Amino acid sequence: MTQIDVFWTILSTLMGGAITAVQIAVGAFVIAVSGGIMLATSITFFHLRVLKLFIASYIEWMRNVPALAHLFVIYFGLATFDIRLSPLVAAILGLGMVGAAVLCDIFAAGFKSLHAGQREAALSVGMTPRQTLLHVLLPQMLRVTWPSLGNYTSQLLKDTSIASAIAAPEIMFFARNLVTSTFETTLIYLTAMLLYASIVLPVSWGFSKAENHMENKR
Amino acid sequence: MNNILLRVDGLKKSYGNLEVLKGISFDLSKGETLSLIGPSGSGKSTCLRCLNFLERPDTGSIHLENERIGQMPDKRGTLRFMSDRELAPQRREIAMVFQLFYLWPHLNVRDNVALGSIKAGRMPKAQAYELADEMLDKVHLSKKATEYPERLSGGQQQRVAIARALAQQPKLILFDEPTSALDPELVGEVLTVIRELAEEGRSMILVTHEIRFARDVADRVIFMEGGHIVEQGLAADVINQPKLERTRNFLGQVSDNHGMAL
Repeated sequence: MTQIDVFWTILSTLMGGAITAVQIAVGAFVIAVSGGIMLATSITFFHLRVLKLFIASYIEWMRNVPALAHLFVIYFGLATFDIRLSPLVAAILGLGMVGAAVLCDIFAAGFKSLHAGQREAALSVGMTPRQTLLHVLLPQMLRVTWPSLGNYTSQLLKDTSIASAIAAPEIMFFARNLVTSTFETTLIYLTAMLLYASIVLPVSWGFSKAENHMENKR
Repeated sequence: MNNILLRVDGLKKSYGNLEVLKGISFDLSKGETLSLIGPSGSGKSTCLRCLNFLERPDTGSIHLENERIGQMPDKRGTLRFMSDRELAPQRREIAMVFQLFYLWPHLNVRDNVALGSIKAGRMPKAQAYELADEMLDKVHLSKKATEYPERLSGGQQQRVAIARALAQQPKLILFDEPTSALDPELVGEVLTVIRELAEEGRSMILVTHEIRFARDVADRVIFMEGGHIVEQGLAADVINQPKLERTRNFLGQVSDNHGMAL
């Protein structure tokens, strides 16, 4: 086998992992964004002490423990109670729950940055609080927090690599397997890096492109 | 005049120990333009914001055509405050124009005007946009329909806000110092629009520092100070021949500041 052939073998193997990585990222993204919006909305608009305290503790807990530890608890910990999740599902849940905490903070700050008059104007035209949130506050909040959401998303794509620790068949998992069977260490990890970059770069680019588009509309 | 649209009775409001409204009562007839004037901190804006319950008064009542605003009887028949959700249909009858416009920056001008009709008024979109175009025409901004608010001057933004208020097809329009945030050269275009609305016979309450404008456009004027109504009456009477010393002092200061002969 020539070096080129070796490279193609590595690449095609890792590509399979890339698909899993993207699946994990997409699943976690959906949970993180919807969870983050729900949590941020709750602490911003519902004045319930107990709820606020509960959410604040959740956020602190999720953010101050490594994501890897969360994955272990979800994957191995739940298994001891006979709840056996696939590595893929465990990774999606774990990263999604951590992401919800991270994004809740960002989104809540975004809501706070909007002028109170924005809400008052919506209420004064006769919109309900729900309509106000949906059509006036939420779109503006997402616009304000868009760059942070972009950062989070590229971080999330890179963080899918820690799912290899619970044997989710993603890029780094295959990479390590290949290394133990072929010892092409440098080439394999360089290919893995290349693969991550080729996923993350277009996503970051897409976020800033969308940001420019929104700026131009103003 | 016995054609009462709005009846305000005994409105009181405190923030902590500071009593901002100390019992405000007045009526507004249908088609009437009423102007609230008075020094800063006199409670005019708070009073206005109580009328659509953006501020919740501590005591007192507000009736719009005999319907009690902001309060309803609970199961046992005692009055309780309504939630924002319950207030929505009532607020739709009482439009508000804010000092700082508060247009929604993520929507273009046309959508700003139409959103309330579509969401709160449950109007079909085509009809809502038709109405929006009509209202934009009324404030002389048809050409700006597809622009975003940030591209407009302050005066234009305020006129869009007025179009948004008109699109509610409200029974009453509240203006909260609509020209105070504008550059002097942009005040005129907004006042022109408000004057046209007054001439149409719309029911309006206008909090303003533009005393001369209040005299020319309003039917009646209420002078407030320290949370009380000090003097009220026909606009020309209150402003040209105030009965009370306090009113005279205030009007004197305002005319000095603005350098205008009253």
